[in-house]
Amino acid sequence: MKLNDKAHFGFGAKAFIGLLEARAADGNYALRNLSIDDPKRLTLRIGSSGSPADVSLSEEMAYLRAGDMLRLNPQTNDIRVLYRGSSRHNFLFLTERCNSRCLMCSQPPRSIDDSYLADDILRMIPWMAKDTRELGITGGEPTLLHDRLTALLGAVKEHLPSTALHMLSNGRLFSYLRYAERVAEAKPADFMVGVPLYADTASAHDFVVQASGAFEETLFGLLNLARVGVRVELRMVVHRHTYARLPQFAQFVARNLPFVDQVVIMGLELMGYARSNLDSLWIDPVEYQDELERCVHHLDQAGLNVFIYNHQLCLLRPSLRRFAKKSISDWKNIYLPECDGCTLKTECGGFFASATLRHSSHIHSIR
Amino acid sequence: MTKLAAGFKQIGHYRISDPYSLLPFRFMRLDAGRHVLTNMAGQHLVVPAGIMPELVERRLPTGHPLVPDLEAGHFVTQGADDVHLELLAAQIRTRQARLADMTALHMFVVSLRCDHSCGYCQVSRVSEDRKAFDMTPKTADRAVDLMLRSPSRQLKVEFQGGEPLLNFPVIQRIVERTKKRAGEQDLAFVIATNLAFVTDEILDFCAAHQICISTSLDGPPELHNTNRPRPGKDAHARTIDGINRCRARLGHDRVSALMTCTASSLAQPEAIIDEYVRHGFQEIFLRYISPYGFAVRAANKVGYETEQFLEFYRRGLANILNLNGEGVRMREVYASILLRRMLTSQPTGYVDLQSPAGAGLSALVYNYNGEVYASDEGRMLAEMGDKTFHLGSVHHSTWESLFLDSPLLDMADRTMTEGLPGCSECAFQPWCGSDRVFHHATQGDAVGHRPTSAFCRRNMEIMRHLVRLLEDDPAAAEILRGWAR
Ligand code: SF4
Ligand code: SF4
Repeated sequence: MKLNDKAHFGFGAKAFIGLLEARAADGNYALRNLSIDDPKRLTLRIGSSGSPADVSLSEEMAYLRAGDMLRLNPQTNDIRVLYRGSSRHNFLFLTERCNSRCLMCSQPPRSIDDSYLADDILRMIPWMAKDTRELGITGGEPTLLHDRLTALLGAVKEHLPSTALHMLSNGRLFSYLRYAERVAEAKPADFMVGVPLYADTASAHDFVVQASGAFEETLFGLLNLARVGVRVELRMVVHRHTYARLPQFAQFVARNLPFVDQVVIMGLELMGYARSNLDSLWIDPVEYQDELERCVHHLDQAGLNVFIYNHQLCLLRPSLRRFAKKSISDWKNIYLPECDGCTLKTECGGFFASATLRHSSHIHSIR
Repeated sequence: MTKLAAGFKQIGHYRISDPYSLLPFRFMRLDAGRHVLTNMAGQHLVVPAGIMPELVERRLPTGHPLVPDLEAGHFVTQGADDVHLELLAAQIRTRQARLADMTALHMFVVSLRCDHSCGYCQVSRVSEDRKAFDMTPKTADRAVDLMLRSPSRQLKVEFQGGEPLLNFPVIQRIVERTKKRAGEQDLAFVIATNLAFVTDEILDFCAAHQICISTSLDGPPELHNTNRPRPGKDAHARTIDGINRCRARLGHDRVSALMTCTASSLAQPEAIIDEYVRHGFQEIFLRYISPYGFAVRAANKVGYETEQFLEFYRRGLANILNLNGEGVRMREVYASILLRRMLTSQPTGYVDLQSPAGAGLSALVYNYNGEVYASDEGRMLAEMGDKTFHLGSVHHSTWESLFLDSPLLDMADRTMTEGLPGCSECAFQPWCGSDRVFHHATQGDAVGHRPTSAFCRRNMEIMRHLVRLLEDDPAAAEILRGWAR
């Protein structure tokens, strides 16, 4: 990224959120600074051609469109794309902080003051497309933000009333009923919290999330969310430390948590800690098909909505394929040479790019 | 286990080193080698019998493979005590949700008259032309107004007799008045009829008001006609003809059938079930006959021992499971109710498996003359001179007085299986219920004596049988789990 002197001067060299507005005849965008209340626009150029502008971005950013939003840091020359109007997979990354430390976390937490992230998001929400179908809130642990989180939920409710909002949270802080109530009051109409539960016993869950007492807090949190009428999705990630009791996990959920809206059984994404702990976590999905089948069947039979994410279709038993959802975003997934000619390729999510590190040795195209 | 990266702790760090604590649970012998445990909310676990001393003395090592099952099933706790209790409480609340909702089922005996003279009939037969045994419009109106005082969100109105179709104008009146005066409640109407008198006009009315038909089908023609004598000996043919006409006019699902198991039925569960399959039914209730009314008097003719019924039931269930294995859809209703109580946290409305007893709290009976009873069997007893279960009358009772100035509260108090001698320690208590009328009629005592109670024997053995099937027969278990929903 390059900024001319005028831009430096104008922004006081502070990082800011920029919104790409209408494109002019010369190909440059008008850039609105959302971090200050200033009606002035800057000009933004992508690529080397076109007229000179206040801010220039390299050619690889050519996919940006009017309506997209970025964070621009003049000091480090960093830019980060935060929102794309054309994408169905916009995630609002709220914080890097977390009160757990899961063995397979794809986004290892850091204890830093990153409250600016939430402030940025609050500035962006009013400018998002009103017809945005879905938005995700992720982290870190979003509930650590307290007032900023409820403000954010309120902003979505106000500015994006028809958007489905999905938040990933370990649910532990909802063990405080008052917090669950506040979230229920603030939330937009279409809101769901995805809460991970990795076992049917305390020690096994606490081990996976590396936090004593987490199992109990999460379960109290789930009960409180149900009590205040917030919809809940349960998430289970299958790896060597969770696969063996999948059937018992299903029984536990059906019996104790029949109120959850859906249960998602996920494969590992080999990022972050999942890489550091790969040898300990890795199990070829072919080896746990039995447990997975019993788990999914039990949940389905109990009347719960079940989905399988991040699993290649050729590894799933045929009875399980109807539960598989193409969960890896289109721009994140890849296929292997083995996939050539596979008849299921259009329905199969393929792999995260990280799967090049390790993947099942049983990938085979289905003819 | 391969090592975790630096900074991560092994599972041992998260295990509590103290022995586990016991949560309240019940247990008993399932068979020679096994015990069955049930937690407070009715979830069960089958364990080897030999393990019980170690288990209850908290000597099972933490690494024992049963410990996670015991913990996940809320039998023991290791460091997350409060959440176990909270989850149990949530399940118990859900299971008992109907209690707060109050009386949902309202049975109207619109006529005592009948054209059949069944040996096991639970009410007085009266020749067809005696108007004195019909409910009058005035009584009907009062009964409806009383029923509408029920706080229940769902009201199920069931017309009974005698043969209720012999007094159809009063059925019409009750349906119309209920619909006009009901508030937010969900309404459902059922007519329990032998279908001998069904006409196109009646069917038109049923279609217009979404009324369901429940009829009796005891099995193949010979059995049905023996059980249900009527002039012309054509009860079976008339029933089948009636079923077909009702289905054609109202839709297949609007018609259900009930069988009563008599001594002549005992030898032929398969034939009875086949008859249901042949006529396109997808469920059958292998129903025990109750010892009231005429059934008590004619006991030697139609009555039979509990053991014989159990044999009949097991054979019938095996037959139904086989049929399912062959792809025929058929469900046994009693097993389905029990399985729902065993395998889920959902409430069940079946009156005879409630604690406190469902009589009155779940169901009320308005007799043709306006007298109100806690159950149909209570009404039978009154016909025989025993008014124990009489709660009041539509002519002078209020909704409150039916419950408060009547034997009902005392009944509820004395029929909670949680505290009944025998039941309080029975592992099947969370699935079972109590039938005060039965114990009153057969043992002369509201509480009853479990070791000699046919109700207890029958239910205990059926539940034991279901637990074993779930444990030992994977194919059967798969089908049975499907019925629990
Ligand atoms: S071969 Fe490739 S495309 Fe086909 S199911 Fe497997 S992973 Fe998916
Ligand atoms: S009636 Fe018998 S089977 Fe039922 S709970 Fe009581 S003792 Fe147990």
